Amino acid sequence: MHSNRRLLPGHNLSLGISLLYLSLFLLIPLGALFLQSAQISTSKIIQVLSSERIWAACKISFGLALISALLNVVMGFTLAWPLARYSFPGKKILDTIIDLPLALPTAVAGISLASLYASNSHLGGFLESAGIQVAYSPLGIVIAMSFVGIPFAVRTVQPVIEEIDIGIEEAAATLGANWSQIFFKIILPMITPSLLAGFGLSFARAVGEYGSVIFIAGNIPYQTEIAPLLILSKLEQYDYDGAIILAMLMLSISFLVLLTVNLTGRFRKR
Amino acid sequence: MKVKRNEPIAFSILIISIAFLVSLIVIVLPVYKIFEQAFQKGFSGYWNALVDLELLSSLRLSLIVMAIVVTINTIFGLAAAWYVTRFGKRIRGLLEVLLELPFSVSPVVAGMIFILLFGSSGFLGSFLKDSNVQIIFALPGVILATTFVTLPFVAKELIPLMDELGTEMEEAAIVLGANGWHMFTRITLPSIKWGLIHGIIMCTARSMGEFGAVSVVSGHIRGQTVTMPLHIEILYNEYEFVASFAAATILGIAAFAATVFKILVSRAQKNQLRKS
Repeated sequence: MHSNRRLLPGHNLSLGISLLYLSLFLLIPLGALFLQSAQISTSKIIQVLSSERIWAACKISFGLALISALLNVVMGFTLAWPLARYSFPGKKILDTIIDLPLALPTAVAGISLASLYASNSHLGGFLESAGIQVAYSPLGIVIAMSFVGIPFAVRTVQPVIEEIDIGIEEAAATLGANWSQIFFKIILPMITPSLLAGFGLSFARAVGEYGSVIFIAGNIPYQTEIAPLLILSKLEQYDYDGAIILAMLMLSISFLVLLTVNLTGRFRKR
Repeated sequence: MKVKRNEPIAFSILIISIAFLVSLIVIVLPVYKIFEQAFQKGFSGYWNALVDLELLSSLRLSLIVMAIVVTINTIFGLAAAWYVTRFGKRIRGLLEVLLELPFSVSPVVAGMIFILLFGSSGFLGSFLKDSNVQIIFALPGVILATTFVTLPFVAKELIPLMDELGTEMEEAAIVLGANGWHMFTRITLPSIKWGLIHGIIMCTARSMGEFGAVSVVSGHIRGQTVTMPLHIEILYNEYEFVASFAAATILGIAAFAATVFKILVSRAQKNQLRKS
């Protein structure tokens, strides 16, 4: 088996290139982050972690990312369902549009969302007169986060809905189940793991999102200042330790949330 | 209209309408707004904004960054996928975890790690200063940060495809006397080409448009480290809305082209799979 594997060429070349690139672009920089964070004194950590502004920014980033991911699960399902099960006029266009946020640069999305919901635009002005403030408010941040996350929510659920065996549904219908029973007892349990996966991806993207959020957010400390922006402003003030602590804090909270999502998914599968 | 359906027709019609409404509000409206703002002062205003020298130099810089990053990415993607699917089954899990990292880290953090390494007070800062090499606030920093956020694109696309291809045909080619290059270009490449193109498109789009990671390492030096997205930000913050959105239309059209091209490629890929 071993000699068989070595029959193919390029072992050393591909290993060499992979290791070189991984170390250069990923491992060494990440290693620098961990080494640097290990050198920070405990008093500095306590000082940074006791700052209310940091916790406010984390609360905004994680809280709003959770809301936008939940919203994306619902919207993702309503977009994925027709794409997976029906054919209708405009389907190909709809299918194409969904991937646009993946390719559109975040800064472009950011400025267009900001001007779309600005109080001097049609939509923003209309919403404001109805008492809904979008620009410079948490709602604006949720909208921007949902924009960048929606493709993930659709594309994780869509193939799973496509795979559902219509025969099972028909069997259930023949046995007298009505549509809502079929949906809640057969279809929903089948697609729940993919809904959770879509939630996780959309959440991870939203928490770290910077470009599309900062223009619409207004970046008011304690109200609409997201954690990545606070990291950036700490870097600009050469407070590297503060930036590192906040980055590590963000990484650990993200890790906990994604672990929970994964474990829930595994639990549901049983 | 019916393809697969047990649910009441009213439900189907309702959910299709909601789908269109959601995509209209969430995606189409913001994209439309780019063009509306860019043409606020008519076509001549738009055109004047486009032929600006600073805009063109930022476009040139973005294209240079894109070309370098896409090349790095393609080489790494091919090498990493070849190694883990052909030789390194044991380190495969590790590589897959590593390739998740750039997606799960905030772009701002991605930029920050390069500042920690190469910045003036970073690990290699004094060494770089002595040898007169500038990485942060210069082109190499922009390239490094962009490479970090795009590194998984090609590799993640190729690993499942190379798995599916298997090794029998490649081994047969080698046994029959083909050299490595011939084996790769005649057997491996034709089977993975659509996946490769797909990964390259995604990488191209992301590397042209990366904003967060680049803003951290760029220092916003005009003509030197201001890429297209940063130029758009600067114009927007200076209330030059027409100019800012005019520049944004270039990236918007590129994004749309990438999306359409990507869908055509995945269709071609499906056809190829069906034939084999």
